[in-house]
Amino acid sequence: MRDFSYLRATSPAAAREAAALPGAMLLAGGTTLLDLAKCGVAEPETLVDISHLKGLDTIEVGEHGARLGALAKMSQVAGHEGIKSRFPAVSEALWQAASAQIRNMASIGGNLMQRTRCPYFRDPANFPACNKREPGSGCSAIGGVTRGHAVLGTSEACIAMYPGDLAVALVAFDATVHLGERQLSVDDFFLLPGTTPEREHAIQPGEMITQISIPASAAARRSTYLKVRDRQSYEFAAASAAVGIELEADGRTIRDLRVALGGVATKPWRARAVEEALKGKVLEEDAVRRASLLAVEGAVDHGANHYKIELAPRVVARAILKTGAMA
Amino acid sequence: MTIHDLRTRHGDASDGSADQVGGRLSRVDGPAKITGAAKYAVEQQLEGLAHAVLVESTVAAGKVRAIDTAAAEGAPGVLLVLTPDTIPPLKTASDWFGTPPPDVPYCPLARDIAFSGQHVAAVVAESFEQAVAAAALVKVSYDEAPAVADLSDPKAGDGIPIDMMTKEWGEAEAAFASAPVRICAAYNTPREYQAPMEPHGLIAAWQGDRLTVWEPSQWLDGMARTYAEWFAIPFENVRLVSPYIGGGFGSKALALSHGAVAASAAKMLGRPVRLVMSRPQTFTGYGGRAATRQTVTLGADRDGKIQSIVHRGVNETSMGGMWVEPLGSVTSVMYATPNFSSKQNVVRVNSVVPGAMRAPGENPSAFGIESAIDELAYVVGIDPLEIRLRNYAEQDPHARKAWSTRQLREAFAAGAEAFGWARRSPAPRSMRDGNQLIGWGVAAGTYPVRRAYGEALVRILADGTVEVESSSIDMGQGTYTILAQTAAETLGVPADNVVVKLGDSRFARAGVTGGSRLAGIMTGAVHKAAGAALDQLVGLAISDPRSPFHALQANTLVVAGGRVSSPRGDGPEVSIAELLASVGADQIEAKGDTMPANSTAEDRYKAYTTIATPLTHTDGDYSRHSWCAHFIEVRVDEDFGTVRVSRVVSALDSGRLYNPKLAESQWKGGIIMGIGQALLEEGIVDRRHGRIVNNNLADYLVPTNADIPDIQTISVGIPDPHSSALGGKGVGELAIVGVAPAVANAVFHATGKRVRDLPITLEKLI
Ligand SMILES: Cc1cc2nc3c(=O)[nH]c(=O)nc-3n(C[C@H](O)[C@H](O)[C@H](O)COP(=O)(O)OP(=O)(O)OC[C@H]3O[C@@H](n4cnc5c(N)ncnc54)[C@H](O)[C@@H]3O)c2cc1C
Ligand code: SF4
Repeated sequence: MRDFSYLRATSPAAAREAAALPGAMLLAGGTTLLDLAKCGVAEPETLVDISHLKGLDTIEVGEHGARLGALAKMSQVAGHEGIKSRFPAVSEALWQAASAQIRNMASIGGNLMQRTRCPYFRDPANFPACNKREPGSGCSAIGGVTRGHAVLGTSEACIAMYPGDLAVALVAFDATVHLGERQLSVDDFFLLPGTTPEREHAIQPGEMITQISIPASAAARRSTYLKVRDRQSYEFAAASAAVGIELEADGRTIRDLRVALGGVATKPWRARAVEEALKGKVLEEDAVRRASLLAVEGAVDHGANHYKIELAPRVVARAILKTGAMA
Repeated sequence: MTIHDLRTRHGDASDGSADQVGGRLSRVDGPAKITGAAKYAVEQQLEGLAHAVLVESTVAAGKVRAIDTAAAEGAPGVLLVLTPDTIPPLKTASDWFGTPPPDVPYCPLARDIAFSGQHVAAVVAESFEQAVAAAALVKVSYDEAPAVADLSDPKAGDGIPIDMMTKEWGEAEAAFASAPVRICAAYNTPREYQAPMEPHGLIAAWQGDRLTVWEPSQWLDGMARTYAEWFAIPFENVRLVSPYIGGGFGSKALALSHGAVAASAAKMLGRPVRLVMSRPQTFTGYGGRAATRQTVTLGADRDGKIQSIVHRGVNETSMGGMWVEPLGSVTSVMYATPNFSSKQNVVRVNSVVPGAMRAPGENPSAFGIESAIDELAYVVGIDPLEIRLRNYAEQDPHARKAWSTRQLREAFAAGAEAFGWARRSPAPRSMRDGNQLIGWGVAAGTYPVRRAYGEALVRILADGTVEVESSSIDMGQGTYTILAQTAAETLGVPADNVVVKLGDSRFARAGVTGGSRLAGIMTGAVHKAAGAALDQLVGLAISDPRSPFHALQANTLVVAGGRVSSPRGDGPEVSIAELLASVGADQIEAKGDTMPANSTAEDRYKAYTTIATPLTHTDGDYSRHSWCAHFIEVRVDEDFGTVRVSRVVSALDSGRLYNPKLAESQWKGGIIMGIGQALLEEGIVDRRHGRIVNNNLADYLVPTNADIPDIQTISVGIPDPHSSALGGKGVGELAIVGVAPAVANAVFHATGKRVRDLPITLEKLI
């Protein structure tokens, strides 16, 4: 870790101004940033501390939806009664993420900005080649240890998996990221690696996430987040699914369906093909399992991560069936 | 005058009060650890402390071409940059058997690279942060050579036969060829890491030619000897201090190169130096459990009686070092067989030399044989528990000696009863709960009783409190507590009045804390020392004219609850403090050791600073082992392949328990670690670079609380007078042995899939 200067922002505007300086980075809970600084990946010249800023940590849930302040803690959002009742998948995604200690420190804004767990990305001393860190330097992962890498949304430049949980649920329910005045859908906020894997988010220097809003929907109310992994807790997903369902009055025909995948793609992955295949159909196991296979259309594996292509549709199917069976 | 007879009681709760051996006294060091008052080795605050950070090789094989230190030397706060060229050469130290070393210099920083992560340089600075920053500026260039990444590397070859490991009787190959039922399978375990919470590190400080090292240590005397030999100073000039240890699991028994670097830097600077490994460095700074491969071939009758076992094992070692993980250790003692053959090779790969990790040898060995016999059970259609009983070894099949005690049949019975084994439905995939396939598995484990020697000093102070001193250590197993209980019981004082001091090499000596030997040795030594102190106390009370008991003309006295009285109840009753005051004694001190009476000073030095102990577990008429049986239920999601352990019942024979509460806790720790080994733990190697890539605790998975169900342990041990002075056998390593095969066997029962490569991760089951 190299020396950096520390600046305690006095207002959101001051924070944005400071963050526009070259080498400046915003500091919220620090659970990603300090970790990456210790690995030698993040080398900020200035840390702009926003963790104490007032008014950015509110959580509001009402008829029209939810507004999550960027500085709300993961644990606060996970435990919020309104979120639990109107957006259960959001709460479940959060409480199955990281550890209790991290959830108590980490902010919602920081959570969206977390970086990949690709081991090559995290070890610059041993693996200088990483297009995400050093554009054009190559990709150390391809041909190496790929068990945790993405099978969807990859490019020749980078196959790093997006590891977060919350954003998967946000993508499913059409949430919006507020960068002060500018607004973007969460789906558009996350970028595919393409030829520029160093750019992960559609955020510009000097911009700051202030809020995330999620529109209310019947599907969000009847939703779940299913996270599958070898370790029962404190592990990133091998595959996960955020699913919300709205049924017709008959209680069996699918009116609205939302499906997004985590743990398998380079960004939070909306599985619209699965949604379209099942909308208007009767919720029944065989059809669900068949449609869930569409979740991994176009998937490409790199050896050790092949299992994700098998696993992801099963996770989607189980999540749909589980949500469908909810009261 | 006999002070105390050996009590032959069961080690259970009924065994006595907390003030006695066998009582359930809580950990006496617990409050200090929970409140943070316990100061660990590297937490010492020393005047002028400087901080060292290691620079490690980024290639797995080759030579250091050049090290550019200019930028690091110019960085803020930097005091010293050490490279192979600037660190003063040390003397080569003897190995742990005490083999005289070759007379060649030892350089703890490498020019010739044998593995990725090898220490090549170090930076010492005023602050830790400055040292970290400057270490990143050291530029090392290499002439890289091809590396052998791991056992599956095509370049690895068959390795070197280790003849010492060969065990053979009968005609194993021929008996296999003619056996009506034959099975043969290969079982693999990956590199695994001890991953103690407290990383390795030390503070070294010199005063003239005297060196003090604060370092977490499982073996103070052994490590002190290594430091003394490196720096060519007398053994007495090295003081090792290690009052608390945040977990070792075998990894903290030896002085390692990072210690030599820190002590060299301290000497060069004339300042104390602290060096603590980062978590990633703990994966390459010393060895975890070697990766292993075994082939187990069983020939049997149709009724499941084993006729022949042919076992071949391989473990990895480093290019320059030799680590043998004895893979035939359980294979050769668990079951009766008329024909047996076990052989082992080691294969050199470009890794740090592997090391001891909880039950080295027995642990992977049991994964082989205990999986294989389970496979045999299904082939012949016999219950997996029944087949183990049919092949029960009534004596040690290898040593051909009677067991000292073997309560394994009792363990099977008690475990099966508590688990409800009789309700098991035999066919694989026949038990389920919704999407969860349920499987029940059983496996046995064993660990030899390792014996050696120890010394203790017991001091009765003027106020009646008692001090026990020993250079042995407590890394969480409970040494502080059981030695307090031993002294309390022997002397007849409350355990609260006993202060145990450990972890200082100036104290009475002890050998390595490893192989589950310490409790048996040290309770014996404390029992002896306390007995001698009590003899002195009672002797004074009877014979000193100033004593209130002098007039009684008794030939013995009773000490209980810290008070002295006559056995007949006549005469006075006084506290120990009052007695000492009356005779004008300010303290009583006695040393006790478990060495043979005619031992020389040299014998003692050797006994405490090497592992060349003459006491094998099969010395004399008996073969001595601890035993256990694990019954495990798993739930496997049929879609996801995820395995969760939902129930564990283990019945264990550790002989007499000195403190059942602490023994249970150690057993549970071993079982938890075994679950981690079965399902999660694996050092993942990038074969192109010969480097472990999951070198942190987010990616190297050990179980969390959520992975562990309630664990029921049942003690079936009886006191074993052939194993230790007070009748205990080993506790700490036993319980991990057999857990991984019990899980794998349960997974087979649940799914019908036999997983022979640990860990059992989800992709192996979908
Ligand atoms: C061991 C471990 C396990 C984990 N497991 C999981 C898991 O299972 N699932 C999961 O979802 N997450 C997991 N995480 C990630 C964790 O959720 C994130 O570290 C956390 O949410 C980051 O929040 P923070 O407030 O600490 O961010 P910081 O570390 O303070 O910041 C992270 C990044 O976001 C930027 N930033 C912070 N706030 C803003 C803002 N308002 N606007 C713009 N940029 C901002 C910072 O500049 C920095 O680049 C894990 C993390 C660790 C260390
Ligand atoms: S996968 Fe992406 S992050 Fe990982 S090494 Fe390749 S380029 Fe870097």
